[in-house]
This record gives sequence, C-alpha cells and structure tokens, in this order.
Amino acid sequence: MTATLGATPTIVLVGHGMVGQRFLEALAERGLTATHRVVVLCEEPRPAYDRVQLTSYFSGRTPEELSMTDMEFIKDHGIELHVGDPAESVDREARTVTARSGLVVGYDVLVLATGSYPFVPPVPNKDAEGCFVYRTIEDLLAIEEYAKSRATTGAVVGGGLLGLEAAGALKGLGLAAHIVEFAPRLMPVQVDDGGGAALLRTIEDMGLTVHTGVGTQEIVTDASGAVTGMKLSDGSELATDLVVFSAGVRPRDQLARDCGLTVGERGGITVDEQCRTVSDPHVFAIGECALASDGRVYGLVAPGYEQAETAAATIAEDETEELTFTGADLSTKLKLLGVDVASFGDAHGATADCLDVVYSDSRSGLYKKLVIGRDGTLLGGILVGDADAYGTLRALTGSVPPVSPEQLVLPAGSGGGAQLGPSALPDEAVICSCHNVTKGTIRGAVTDHQCTTVPEVKKCTKAGTGCGSCVKVLGQLVNAELEASGVEVDKGLCGCFSQTREELYEIVLALRVTTHQQLLDRYGREGARGGDGCEICKPTVGSIIASLAPTIGASGYVLDGEQAALQDSNDHFLANLQKNGSYSVVPRIPGGEITPEGLIVIGEIARDFGLYTKITGGQRIDMFGARVEQLPLIWTRLVDAGFESGHAYGKSLRTVKSCVGQTWCRYGVQDSVRMAIDLELRYRGLRSPHKLKSAVSGCQRECAEAQSKDFGVIATANGWNLYVGGNGGATPRHADLLAQDLSDAELVRLIDRFLMFYIRTADRLERTSVWLERIPGGLDHVRDVVVHDSLGICEELESLMADHVAHYRDEWATTINDPEKLARFVSFVNAPDTPDPVVGFVPERDQIKPDLPLLSIGMRPADVLEGSAQR
Amino acid sequence: MTLAPETTDLRIQLQLGDDWLTVCDLTQLTPGRGVAALLPDGRQAALFRDRNGELYAIDNRDPFGGAAVLSRGLTGTHQGRPFVASPLLKQRFDLETGQCLDDEAVRVATYEVRAR
Repeated sequence: MTATLGATPTIVLVGHGMVGQRFLEALAERGLTATHRVVVLCEEPRPAYDRVQLTSYFSGRTPEELSMTDMEFIKDHGIELHVGDPAESVDREARTVTARSGLVVGYDVLVLATGSYPFVPPVPNKDAEGCFVYRTIEDLLAIEEYAKSRATTGAVVGGGLLGLEAAGALKGLGLAAHIVEFAPRLMPVQVDDGGGAALLRTIEDMGLTVHTGVGTQEIVTDASGAVTGMKLSDGSELATDLVVFSAGVRPRDQLARDCGLTVGERGGITVDEQCRTVSDPHVFAIGECALASDGRVYGLVAPGYEQAETAAATIAEDETEELTFTGADLSTKLKLLGVDVASFGDAHGATADCLDVVYSDSRSGLYKKLVIGRDGTLLGGILVGDADAYGTLRALTGSVPPVSPEQLVLPAGSGGGAQLGPSALPDEAVICSCHNVTKGTIRGAVTDHQCTTVPEVKKCTKAGTGCGSCVKVLGQLVNAELEASGVEVDKGLCGCFSQTREELYEIVLALRVTTHQQLLDRYGREGARGGDGCEICKPTVGSIIASLAPTIGASGYVLDGEQAALQDSNDHFLANLQKNGSYSVVPRIPGGEITPEGLIVIGEIARDFGLYTKITGGQRIDMFGARVEQLPLIWTRLVDAGFESGHAYGKSLRTVKSCVGQTWCRYGVQDSVRMAIDLELRYRGLRSPHKLKSAVSGCQRECAEAQSKDFGVIATANGWNLYVGGNGGATPRHADLLAQDLSDAELVRLIDRFLMFYIRTADRLERTSVWLERIPGGLDHVRDVVVHDSLGICEELESLMADHVAHYRDEWATTINDPEKLARFVSFVNAPDTPDPVVGFVPERDQIKPDLPLLSIGMRPADVLEGSAQR
Repeated sequence: MTLAPETTDLRIQLQLGDDWLTVCDLTQLTPGRGVAALLPDGRQAALFRDRNGELYAIDNRDPFGGAAVLSRGLTGTHQGRPFVASPLLKQRFDLETGQCLDDEAVRVATYEVRAR
C-alpha cells in the first residue's frame, strides 16, 4: 500500500457496526494501529453493539450491555472514533472523506463498512406515524415508546428471522402481535415447507397470529395520519396500531455510488477476493454493504468477520498471511422466540441427485431434515424445534457421517437415535464458524496452552465468542480433551474429605472410628482438619456410623452425643420439615396392614392436634402441620398405642408395600402381607446412602408394584423372585431380576447381603438404581458378589445385618423417655412454651394448609429477586 | 424446661442495643447445632456453637423461604469460615457476617453473642 511520504499513513473506516469493530481488532492484532492513524466515522450515536442480539433489549439487556466496544481498546490503540458523525462524501482523487460535521479526513486506505438498511416496500402511507423498522437500538426505543403509549395491536411485515424476533418483541410489550409474510411459509430463506409448518405451529401456540401468502398493499391511517390498519393482497384488512417493516435489508451503498465506485445491479459495492473495490485500490468494502467476488451480498455476521480479517490482512501486506474471501457458509442456528431453528450447508437440496432424510413430529414442533448425496455425503440440513446436533452436523457436512443419516435425525430414546458426539469429528472440522476455529485448534488450547475451562478456551481461541451456537460442542470437546490428557477429577466426597463415601465406609469399619471429628482430624483434607466439616460429610459420616453402630461400638441412637450434631435437620427432629417450619409425622405401618384401633388412634391424634392427614404412596398415613414442640406430645400418644417411627425423615428403609396376597386374593400364590411385614420389621431403622423402598406382590399380577422398588419381591408358585434396582420418580427404572424361586430364608439372606453391599459401596444419595448402573460390572457383578460370594464377603455382610437387626430400637420411644433430648423440641430455647409465630395455618377442603403470607411478613421480598429483575 | 445449673454457671447472652439479653445456659447448645431464641421485639435469633466453643448468632428466618428455621440447619466450615446450611433449600450462610455463600445479593442479620 502506498503511503503519503513523511506523514503517518491514515486508514479511515466508515461505519462502526459489528464488522467495523472486528476490522479494528484485526488491525490492532496486526500492529497496524501502531503504524497508522485510524479514524472511524460512525453514524449511530453509540459505538458498535451486538446487533445480532438486538432483541435481547426487550428481555432486559441494556444498550450498555449490548455494546461490543471496549473504550479502553479504542484509547489504547489511539483510534479516533467519531460517533454520531456519518461520512457524507468521498473525494477519491483528493483521497478525503467529509463527515456531516464538516470534518475532512485524508486517507491512504478507505474501508467502507456501512452495512445495510431495512427494505420498506413502497406501499402507500409507509411513513405514517406508527410505522417503524427494526434495525438499531434507536428503532427499538421508538417502538417501545409508541407501543406503551399508543398501541394495543402490532403487525410485522415479514416473517423472516428479524420479523419473528420483532413480533416476539411486540408480544412481550403486551401487544396482540400479527406476522404478515408474503411467502407461503415462515422463514422462507432458511427452512423448507416442512420446517415452516413445524415453526408455524409453535409460533401460533405462543399466541402470535400468522398470515402467510399475503402481501401488504396499503397502510391505513386516521385523520391525524396515525396507523389504524393495513390492507392485504387477499382483500382483507387487518386492524393494527403499529407496523414494523422487516422485509429484508439492502446494502447501504449510496456513499459508494456517489463517488463513482462500481456497485452491483441489485446493490452492493463490488469487491475482489481481497475485499478491495474493483474500482479503486485504495478503497475496501466489508460486511453487508459489499458484493463479494462470488456475486453475493452476505447478511450474516460470520462472513462479515471473515471479510474484516481479509481486508486487514491485505492492508498489512504480510506475505505470510494471504487471506481471501471467496464466499461463505450460510449456516445459521438461532433461537427464535424460544424455538431452535438451524440450517446448514445445502439446506434446500439444490445439489443434483441428492436425497432427503426427514423426521417430522408436528405435535412436538420438531422437524429435522438432512440432505444426503448419492455417495452418502452429508450435504446440509434443516433443524426446527431441537437444534442440539447443529454443531456436530455442520462440522460433519461434506463428509460421510460415521452412523446412518436416519440415526442422526431420530430423537434419542426412540430406538434409533444415535448421540454422535464431537469426538467423531476430524481435527479439521470447523467448530466455530464465526471465527473459523477448528477442532484441532480447540484441542490444542487444552493440550498446548493448558486451558482447563471453556472460558479459558474461548479467550485463547475466540471460539464461541461470535454467535455462541457452538458453545455446547465446545464444552464437550474441552471436557473430552481434559479427560484424555489425564487431568484428575476430584472424586472426593466434599471439600473436607478426598475419599469417596465407599472409602470412608471402609475406614470407619476397619478402624472402628466412631465420631466424625476423629475421622475428619485423621483422614480429612489438610485444610479441613480441626474444622466443623460441612453439610455434606456430616450426615454422610453420621449415616455410615449409624449403619455400622453395633459392629463398631457406636451408639445405635442417632441423637446420642456427637451423632446428634451430624444428622440432617429431619433426622435431628425425627420428623419431616415442611415449607413453613412445621413438621409432618409418619408412624410405621408395616406392610400397610393396620387395625381399626390403629386407624382410630391416628385419627384421634390428628384431630386433637389439628393436623392435615393424607394417605402416602407407601401405604401409610402422613400427618402434617405439627409444631416442633408438639412432636413429643404426638409421639407419646403414638408410642402408647404401639406405633413406632416410620423413618420417613431418614435416609433409611421407608416402607415395604404389599398387596393382600394369597390370604384373600383369588390369584395370590404366597402370603405377601406377612412377608412384607417381616421384611419391614427386619430392615426398619437401617441407615443407608439414600432412602430404601420395597414391596411384595402375592402373584405375577404385581399389584404392589415391586419392580419399581429398590428391592421388590414377587411371589411364584415355588417361592419368591427378588428384583433389585427399581425406581419410580423422575427417572423410572424397571428393577432387574436378581434370583428366582427363593425360599423365605434364602430370600431374606439374599436381601441382607444385597442391602449391606449397597450400603458399603454406594455414593452419598445414590439410589440402588443409579448405583447398579454405575458400579463396574453392573448387575452381573452384584449377583456374583451377593449370590456366588465372589469376594468372600457374604458372611461379613450377613453378620453386619444381624447386628443391625439385634440392636434395633425405636428412636421415638427412646427420645420420649429422655428428658434431655426432649428439651430440644422447643421453638425457642428462652421461651419453651411459646410457639413460633411464623407457623400458622388456614383452612382448605375441611383441613388445614400452611399460611404462606405469614412467611413473607417482615421479609424483604426483593432479596431473592435481586440481580434477576426483569424489565 | 429443666435447667441444669450445677454443671456450669455460664449463660449465653445476645447484644440488643446497649443491653445483653440472657438466652440460655451454655450447656443447652450442642456443638455443631443451633437453637432459636425469641427476642423482645418479636424477631428471632439462631445461636450456634462450633466444636471449638466459638459462639455465633444470626437471624433465624430463612430469607429465601421465610420460615424461621436457620437454627435447625447443619453447620460446618467452608474455607476456614463457619456457616450454617438452611434446612429448607440448603443455601449456606456465613455465621460471622450473615452473608449467603450461594447468592451474594442475600445476607441475614448477625448479633453479638457472649458466654458469661
């Protein structure tokens, strides 16, 4: 590049949008800001901001948060940034630019990054009061003001990307929102008819009204000239107070036309592969105002960035870096009104002889199409409703995927779905297309640059800092690479112990450790010794000690000595804390069998204390609304009537459900009630890593639902089948058959071993279902250990359980006979007879429920919401 | 409630303005657990004692749920600082400053406490 002799060469950038800012960064990276004077003329009143995320203004992001310009960067590099002062003319002979303020700047290199302007169709009254475009922060501010003061209905002309965003914004402002799209479907550029249909359904479900296949013919106004409606091409009229035109954009090339630069037929400043204008070697054009060498104008930010880099590299004249821009991938992934929409590669199947693989579920608003070449190459695709696979699929485009295309579009869990992770990608696959970062570069950031977190990798490689659509894949890659390079993941129980729960169990058992303090001070992490432990290790160690109490010589009573301090709040009060600070009480009803007298006692107690009663899922009765000081009184009466603690508060055996079995049922083949009672009484009070549930069914009809339990028993003609590892709840798991046709004694012995092996080896809060999936060898290993005694520990497991059974005592009976322990059951230590004033109740359906407004009296409700306030 | 004055004559006191309110005997506080005290103005304080005998007092109300239950939470040490975890949804609060360790925008009141 020729420079004016004797003076610092000057680069003038016209336009400070996203691409302009990127160009400045590219200059700085190449040292050009040090050797050149850089002057920026910016029309908008604010420096570059994130136009892609413009709509997030309506969900609370401020213009300041949208800013992409670090003023330190501008200052540090001596860049002269003039905001609110657009370039008005260029004199290419004199090489000067004149700004609106009258400022004249001479240039050696001129870079036009003037962007585009919204296309407004030439309909009558298009400039009426209440008509807007959707392009700048100022546009949004104006729409917001008009919508709040003068409109109840709004219509968007254009059902493309920005149109949908604008319609969502109008709805968010409380308007009834309409979308008018001339094409027969929404987002006609990105998706096909199938994708458009999936999108339409989801958008309509959100309460937006969509009119496709109709054009706008005229804006209707009232006498004052304000919008009242629009006439459509099908003859109908749509009443609306506000119109937003979002019918596409056009390159902003007037400045170039005025100074005689060549522009394309349909607009755009014609540039070569270096992004230099074909008319003048001193002038470049980048971004949406440029007509690239492949004859296209690119409206996406990623190609604009690439052009910015290309122009900067060309200006730097560095022979080691010869960049060209010859065209770009139009792949996009968006979240529109909460709906994932992505298209990549040859999304519309323009390639000769290509084939489609389509999965469509309009009920769920899902549509996935892959375009496949004759040879199996993935050419492109469209994803609507779920675009999680976008990052991987886009990177695979141009190659033959390692699994069949139908596996790639079928949802997971449908039998065919394959979760193709980023590990399947080659190193040269582009993960971040905004910054053109390959998988190899990302792996290198971890292996060569010692990055250990996604934010570090983003900083190091710039990957994920553009549109952000690749961040998920990025996270997977970084984790995979970390694991591969052997970075140790701390498997310790908590910040206090580096051992797992299983390791702590072995220590406690082998060394007969009976207190948490002893364990912490001898085996805790360096910094944690001498401390108080934490809310994770205290109950975990408390549980281990309780499970092994008789064997290691600790007290079997969980409120004795130090153990009292280790228990979770529920165990400490032997009841279940509810949201207002009251407790619920569940007496044990073994097997769900209860006498009429028992029912009457429970009913009388509930009535006398005004408790809410409900039948539980485990065939017992829960009484809610007890104040802490009422618990001993309630339990004194329950114990008197022969009830025991139901351990509903503990990580321990809950219930053993049963069906009525052979005794009454015409189908029953064994006495399931008796077996359920025997099992419940045997394992009651057994502390374990998580709660334990069980059931016994009297025949294969399985009315007790035993296969959804941690251990379930089903009667056969020859005895009992034992199932383990079942679960209901959020992640249901059907139990696995452990052994068949067991006698009573065999069944009990096998359950003894199974439970003790689980208690010994499971993680904290790990249900049997998860444990069975995690433990190396799974069910087969567990069967080897507990059935075939492969580890030679069965005798020990049985003896541990025998100790537990022999030493069981009812916790509540012990507590109500101990005045010192009872003293804890007060709301206030200094006013033992005063109830907690926050605990109150109001009536509902002839019973009580918590008085929730009482809970907010005297509280600052803003506390919780601070920092997440919505506009 | 039966007090046990023969074991100790140390009592726990809470500072309220210029006065000290006597709440209970030191022996009523199990190390690692808390108790609640009702203050004359209707507020509630949660008092704790750690294994080294240090005493702490913070407001008893859980600022997230509103229930007066912080005294029933599990205590522990996090990076050398004492905390209590709410029994409702397990947010932790620094016993010396009242600062919530899981949400920097939330803090509960603290009280001066002594044994004498």
